[in-house]
This record gives sequence, structure tokens and C-alpha cells, in this order.
Amino acid sequence: MDQPSANTHTDLRLTALHQQHRALGAHMAPFGGWSMPLRYSSERTEHLAVRDTCGVFDLSHMTQITVSGQHAAERLDSTFVGALSRLAVGRAKYTLLCDDDGGVLDDVVVYRLAIDQFLVVANAINRPVVIAALNGGSDRCEIVDVTADRCLIAIQGPASGAVVDDLLGSPISSIRYYSATQAMFGGAPILAARTGYTGELGFELYVPASVAPRLWQQLVDERGIIPVGLAARDSLRLEAGMHLYGHELTPEVSPFEAGLGRTISWDKQVSFPGEPALRLNADVAPTKKLVGLIAERQRVLRTGSVVRSPDGTEVGHVTSGAFGFTVGASLALAYVSESAAAPGLEVQVDVGRSVESAHTTSLPFYARSKGSE
Amino acid sequence: MNVPDENRYTTQHEWVRVLAGEETAVGARCRVGITEFAGTALGDVVFVEVPAVGSVVRAGETCGEIESTKSVSDLFSPLSGTVLSANEIVVQDPSLINSDPYGLGWLFELEVSSPDHDLLTASQYRDLVDT
Repeated sequence: MDQPSANTHTDLRLTALHQQHRALGAHMAPFGGWSMPLRYSSERTEHLAVRDTCGVFDLSHMTQITVSGQHAAERLDSTFVGALSRLAVGRAKYTLLCDDDGGVLDDVVVYRLAIDQFLVVANAINRPVVIAALNGGSDRCEIVDVTADRCLIAIQGPASGAVVDDLLGSPISSIRYYSATQAMFGGAPILAARTGYTGELGFELYVPASVAPRLWQQLVDERGIIPVGLAARDSLRLEAGMHLYGHELTPEVSPFEAGLGRTISWDKQVSFPGEPALRLNADVAPTKKLVGLIAERQRVLRTGSVVRSPDGTEVGHVTSGAFGFTVGASLALAYVSESAAAPGLEVQVDVGRSVESAHTTSLPFYARSKGSE
Repeated sequence: MNVPDENRYTTQHEWVRVLAGEETAVGARCRVGITEFAGTALGDVVFVEVPAVGSVVRAGETCGEIESTKSVSDLFSPLSGTVLSANEIVVQDPSLINSDPYGLGWLFELEVSSPDHDLLTASQYRDLVDT
């Protein structure tokens, strides 16, 4: 039986909320070079809290890089596949960093804070890759990794709007999806964004590390918002059909295979890494496709499990699998050959100890009701 | 950590409750589950496989599986015997192993065939897990 992992990795980075996690009795685990809360109590409870009311996440491991200067927009256009120069101030965009072969090196969210200032939020594990790519240009541009001085606290769930408005004392929750606004907390300027990774209404607060403990305390201790760990974050994003770097996105996967071809802007003024390779593949049908799998039984379809058609032919493999507590079934994302990608096809998933029956489905597994907005 | 006094325990974190007879005697009828300590360490249980009714299980040997969100663990039989009943409710809702490990979360019942296993008392098991 697995024992909860002791936090003995002294080389791991700690967020400014580490003491809060310890006080809450969180099970900590290494993630992207950081010691992060995997779960506080029960993953199921945390998952359902986000779907039913709201939950709060410490995501301060995420890499925060500011890109500023007269040529900041061109620098971003020449780094990522999207057209960040066309982003309006106060808006955000999901985009990709590709290698020369068109494989995915990272997926990031870019916020335009001012005409000449952007915030790039990258995966913790890809920090060196993204910083190196951003530093590759020749025009003068200031690129600063501000991760150590900042925290990212997410509040996600149908009740998150009211919580954020109350917390910040201003009606910021009415901002559009994928936009951000400046706000104040504890005398410090913060960035409040309507973004997230759960499939729910939600907000992400980019705050100075110095005020993060006070903000966390006001949410968790004073308002009773349930803290949510990375385990439930994974089952929430899986139900929402969202990609996770290292699983659905790797250098071996193209944006087209991942279903993210739409993120590429073909008519930019500048070239970007992978552009020639991506152009060659743009009109070719991908040989594999990302699909959802719903298992008949509740056994988890673990990453790497081989997917076979009913006649035993190998058609692909699982990239993420978890129990979907809202859907009430064992769910997985898998890359399968084009012939096996249609929804409703029966497949067999070899999980090692057994072979589980499942069927393909379109994504997402779960979509929130938007009627109440 | 809840460790009910009336149960016996194994070092592999199963509990045994004698429903009729003595656990050391052939013919005793016992109910088996996993402890609250085990459920907490495993995390949220999402899948459980229990031995089939009528099957023969042996003390210390694998007789099923418990899968949580983070790992798959073998279920070991605490005693040798024949399976008399299996809890179909926990198979349908494995979260009962977390929420009610000594009640609705029981796994199977067996009739003891040989008294060959040293079970722990509640106090011995508490010493084991209270590290």
C-alpha cells in the first residue's frame, strides 16, 4: 500500500503558501520542481466543491514571465504560434510554443497588460524552455521571470464570481472570459483574470507573494472556501477535456493531432518556430487524433495503457486517465488512429491487470450549464 | 484514527469481525474489510474487486483489488476459508470504503477453514499504525 509521500525533497521549491498547506494537513507531492498540495482531504470532495460551489487553488508553481518594451508584441508573435500582437489590452489568449518540427514544447496563456507589456504563464516544468525561446529575438525587449515574487491563486466554481467580488470589494466578476483587470488587495496591485482549468466559471488572481498568505486566509479561514489540490485539478480538467502538458501535449504531438490547429495564426508579420513544418502539415489529415474514452467499469485507465479495437488491433494509447467524479465514470484521453476516432466506437484498454471495455466519445466529457449567467 | 475494539486486524490493514463462532475455530463466520487507516492512505477508492461467492481464499494471499485515484493495491485475505457473501453495494459505490470502512464499506464474508493466521487485537493494530 502506498504511504502518503513525506515532504523530504529539500531541493523542491516552496510556494509562499507552504505553511498554509502544512497547517491544513495537505498531502504534498513534487510537481514540476515544486512541492505542491496534491490533496487536502478527499479528492472527490474537492472536485465536487468546485462543481457545486467553489474551491481555491494555489497554482504559484506556474511560471510567470513578464515581457515588456516597444517590441514585446513582435517578440511574442515570433515565439508562439498565435498572433499576440492582435490581442487587445486586458485580454488573454491560449497559445503554444512549438519546436522546429512543429512538436509542442509548451502551452501557455498570454495576457496583454498594456500596449507594450505582457504576462506569459507557462507550465512549471517548461520554465527554462519558454524563457530561452523568449530570449531568442534580436530586438530589445525586457524578459523577467517574476515567479519567485508572485503567487497565482485560482478561485473556481459557480459561486466564484460572488466570492471574488466580495474579496476585492469591487464588481470585477463581470469581466469577459479570457480577460483580466487590475485590482487592489491589501494595498497591493493585483491582476484578476477570468481564466481557469476546470471547466467552470472561475478566476485567477496574480498577486505579490507578500499578500498571498493574507488572501488565502481570507478565502479559506474567513469564508470557508474549500482548498483544492492538484489531484482534483487533474480530474476537473480531464472532465472538461483540457490538455495537460507532458500528457496530451509533447514534442511528439502536433497541434493538429491535439485538436489545437485553430491556435495557429498563419498571417502574422513574423515567422515563428515550427512554422514551415506546420504549414506542410496544415492540409494533411493527421494520422492520430485525441479522443475521449468512457470505461464500462470504474477502474482507472492509466497513462500509457494500450487501446485496441475489438478485433485486437492496436489503435492508440491513453495519455491521461482518472475517475470523473461529476460524470460518475472512469474517463481517459487517448490518441487513436483516425479510423478509431469516431465517437461511439467500442475499444479495449489494456491496463495491465485487466483489459477494460470502453467507448470513444467527443470532448468535453462535461460542460457546465451557462443558463445562470 | 478509528480502530474498533471488537475487530481483529492484519498487518496488511484488513479488519476481521467474527459474526458467529471464534476466529481461531474452523467454521467461524467472519466479515472482512479494510481499515480507516488504509482508506485514508489510499485516498478516494474508485474501484474494488472482491472474491466471488463460493471461492476459496487463503490467509495472506491475494483475493481481490482496491483501486484509488492514485494507485492499485491487492486485497489480501486475512484468513483461509470459503467466501459466503460479497458486498455488491461497495462494488457499486467504492467510496463507502472511505466513508464507512467498518460499516457499509465491508468487502466479503467467509467461513474459516483453518485457524492458521495470527490476527492482531485492536490495541496491537493501534500500536502498528500510531507511528
